[in-house]
Amino acid sequence: MKQEVLLQVNGTEEKLYLEDADTLLEALRDHIRLGSVREGCGVGTCGTCTVLLDGRPVSSCFILAARVAGREITTVEGLGQEGALDPVQDAFIEQRALQCGYCIPGFILAVKALLDENPSPSQEEVEEYLVGNLCRCGSYPDILNAVRAVKDRSPG
Amino acid sequence: MPNYHIVGQSVQRKDAARKVTGRILHVGNIEMPGLLQVAVLRSPYPHARILRIDKSRAEALEGVVLVLTGADIAAMPEVDPFFGPAFKDQPILAIDRVLHVGDPVVAVAAVDRRRAEDALQLIEVDYEPLPVVLDVLEAVKSGSPLVHQEFRPAGMFADLDHVEAGEKSNVCYHFKLRTGDVREAFQEADRVFEDTFTSPPAQHMPMEPHVTLVYLDENERINVWTATQSPSFVRTQLSNTLGLPMNRIRVRVPYLGGGYGAKLYAKLEPLVAVLALKTHQPVRYALSREEEFQTITKHGAVAKIKTAVKNGVITGRRCQVFFDTGAYADIGPRIVHKSGYTSAGPYRILNVWIDSFCVYTNKPPAGAFRGFGVPQVIWAYESQMDIISRELDIDPVQFRMRHALNEGEPFATGTPVHSFGLKESIEQAAQAIEWSRPRPPKKTQRVRGKGIASGVKAVLTPSISGAIVMMNADGSVNVLSSTVEMGQGSDTVLAQIAAEELGVCFDQVHIVQPDTDVTPYDTITAGSRSTYHMGNAVRLASNKIKTQLLSVAAKTLKAKPEDLVARDGRIFVTGCEEKGMTMGDVFLAKFGSLGTTITGEAIYQPSAVPTDPETGQSEKCTEYWFPSASAAEVEVDLETGQIKVVKFISVGDTGTAVNPKHCRQQLLGSALTHLGLTLFEEMVFKEGQLLNGSLLDYQIPSLKDLPGHFEPILVEVPHDTGPFGAKGVGETGTLTVSPAIANAIDDAIGVRIRDLPITPEKILRGLAEKDPEQHPVEASG
Repeated sequence: MKQEVLLQVNGTEEKLYLEDADTLLEALRDHIRLGSVREGCGVGTCGTCTVLLDGRPVSSCFILAARVAGREITTVEGLGQEGALDPVQDAFIEQRALQCGYCIPGFILAVKALLDENPSPSQEEVEEYLVGNLCRCGSYPDILNAVRAVKDRSPG
Repeated sequence: MPNYHIVGQSVQRKDAARKVTGRILHVGNIEMPGLLQVAVLRSPYPHARILRIDKSRAEALEGVVLVLTGADIAAMPEVDPFFGPAFKDQPILAIDRVLHVGDPVVAVAAVDRRRAEDALQLIEVDYEPLPVVLDVLEAVKSGSPLVHQEFRPAGMFADLDHVEAGEKSNVCYHFKLRTGDVREAFQEADRVFEDTFTSPPAQHMPMEPHVTLVYLDENERINVWTATQSPSFVRTQLSNTLGLPMNRIRVRVPYLGGGYGAKLYAKLEPLVAVLALKTHQPVRYALSREEEFQTITKHGAVAKIKTAVKNGVITGRRCQVFFDTGAYADIGPRIVHKSGYTSAGPYRILNVWIDSFCVYTNKPPAGAFRGFGVPQVIWAYESQMDIISRELDIDPVQFRMRHALNEGEPFATGTPVHSFGLKESIEQAAQAIEWSRPRPPKKTQRVRGKGIASGVKAVLTPSISGAIVMMNADGSVNVLSSTVEMGQGSDTVLAQIAAEELGVCFDQVHIVQPDTDVTPYDTITAGSRSTYHMGNAVRLASNKIKTQLLSVAAKTLKAKPEDLVARDGRIFVTGCEEKGMTMGDVFLAKFGSLGTTITGEAIYQPSAVPTDPETGQSEKCTEYWFPSASAAEVEVDLETGQIKVVKFISVGDTGTAVNPKHCRQQLLGSALTHLGLTLFEEMVFKEGQLLNGSLLDYQIPSLKDLPGHFEPILVEVPHDTGPFGAKGVGETGTLTVSPAIANAIDDAIGVRIRDLPITPEKILRGLAEKDPEQHPVEASG
């Protein structure tokens, strides 16, 4: 049985017809065609499908879409596009913090949320916050540099 | 080093902006009207006969378009139901028998994923369980249950000509190397060391699981979009499987979300192609993570190594290595061959005897994994190098330096080594870890130690890379190459090479993504071969264009071609920059019109002499070697057995580093993966059932697993035929991680671990065995 669900995605209201069992990942990827939202494990542990829900990072593969109707959902498509990137996206490029890049949208969103919450986190706080995002290419040292670069640049 | 302009610069990745915005193209993002999704019913048994399949209820489910069995495929007269790169041993869907848990049995194509998965519940399969063989050492015994009754070579690769048809054994390939007189060496030795080292099967874990999309175009041609590291091979395989000419098949590869060897050769493509042919609709199959565990693994291995020593010098070595290739050989025989001949190490040992076996078992198939079997043999010989040197009271670094091959000396295969920065790598690693600095006294509960390891891998030879380079009249360039961009930065490096050779700006070069309709044949994107092989092809093709450009410019500028230089999109007289012309001017002078193109094509194919089937000897078994050294400092907690990697140095001889930042990322990234494989990664099986087949139960390194200090060091010993002196680096960082850690642990606590992964439990058990009174251990399983 499909039902109408209204999702607030990247500042736009999206009217979707979804089944009860459809995850937020399926809604964003299969219905709204947001290419940055990708499945890595399907069990909420790898962070590849991370999106922001009211500014907090969540695994979209592990959340039912209908449950988050009306709440604010952000993907990297809503962060910035070429020519007007978010400072976090810029830092990932400058610090070369990506290889295959499959996990990178999830990392960028998690870093964005971390720095919005806590503009100058300690190394331990950064590690704790990002431990749920996995990168098999092993770009972690560069990702840490990207976090530092944004932190150092932000005012105050 | 000569004065290059773009080669040697850490220029920014070409794909960076598309990756941070999520716009980069992956197979999973391609949309098509009427696209069907696939789910597959898999075997619950490690070995069983299929007695009956009833798919009628599944076929009746709304939204289901096709339910396909192995018998259905076998009934398609033009289709060969078996495929594989070394042997044709793998059915597209199981026929008569299933050979491992997770073996695909029935495929459903439906309007969406959920419908396809629902249909699986409605399929009935009756099985009769058969005897299983799970242990690699059991599998080689006579009388052991046979996984395959016979095996047929696939005939796909020149370097696999030596694999032979066979039957009545689980050993599908046996590599032999014999040099000198090993028996005499052991007779005359004053010390003999004998050890066994094991590595478990493990997961590649690209964050993007395998995914393939196939549709028929308006000409009824098979169009494939797939996450593969080997587009040319996939086309050949589909041509053989479907009985179609190669130009009826088009394989395109966008960007990969990691590969690490998992995405080599054919995986999902034969099945999805058959589904598209049958349904006449576009079909996509995207594996779940759980299916990924059942699709391809890293080879588990048992390595027995016996070494003769006389007067502090290694005089003989005998290696027996058993690679568990699972139920289907995949590329196992090549792995056994290429790693097999390096099993005794990059050392001066006059008497060597190697037997390396590729063995079938009833486990998921094992294939290429970043390092291609070499980390498993280095784990053995480098652990033993430390055992020997400590026993003889010789410094482990000195012991390695004493035996390390020098430029021009023969490897165990008889091939003289060239561009061989092994000693430099060992020295750099030792220096960076402050090897000679005296160790602090061990008084606390946390004890530190240092370890070092070195080793070498040889590039797959022979192999072929073709490239076409097109220069447009504005000086911009298109490079047509089948090298797959999977994160390693090949687009960037190939553009650097083209720009350097042509004298244009880096930003003027576009790399066309693999498309078998357009981009020429390339063996594979793997084995640290692309910078060298495709780099050479791109350079040669670019050079053909440059020759034409210079000859036209020479006439116009009234100069000799050899006095001209191309740089930043202009051609000018050496030492007289104002006397020159743009590429556009050259095109106008040549053609009298703009909009034209100049095209250069090249095929790069280094030669090799096949290793002798009885002795493994060859004048030239490989085109180049890539030496590696790792140095580690660890801290072991005597109470908990926890291991902390305080410092890790990864050293690699890359030849000229075309993009040093990329090279450093390759060294650290591959080292980090192998830190996971060293300390905790392992696929755990019980009676053929995988116990940890999801990312809930199988851990890979996270940010918290980074060593406290993590440093890459590039040793650049140029190769005389590499593009601008480059070799390869994709696997180098994997090679020596595990023994460096184990050697550091031994240095810290005097416990020698021989079985990966090195868990805290094994540490505590080792401490208890060494000193039962100090470290009593509670009984555990």
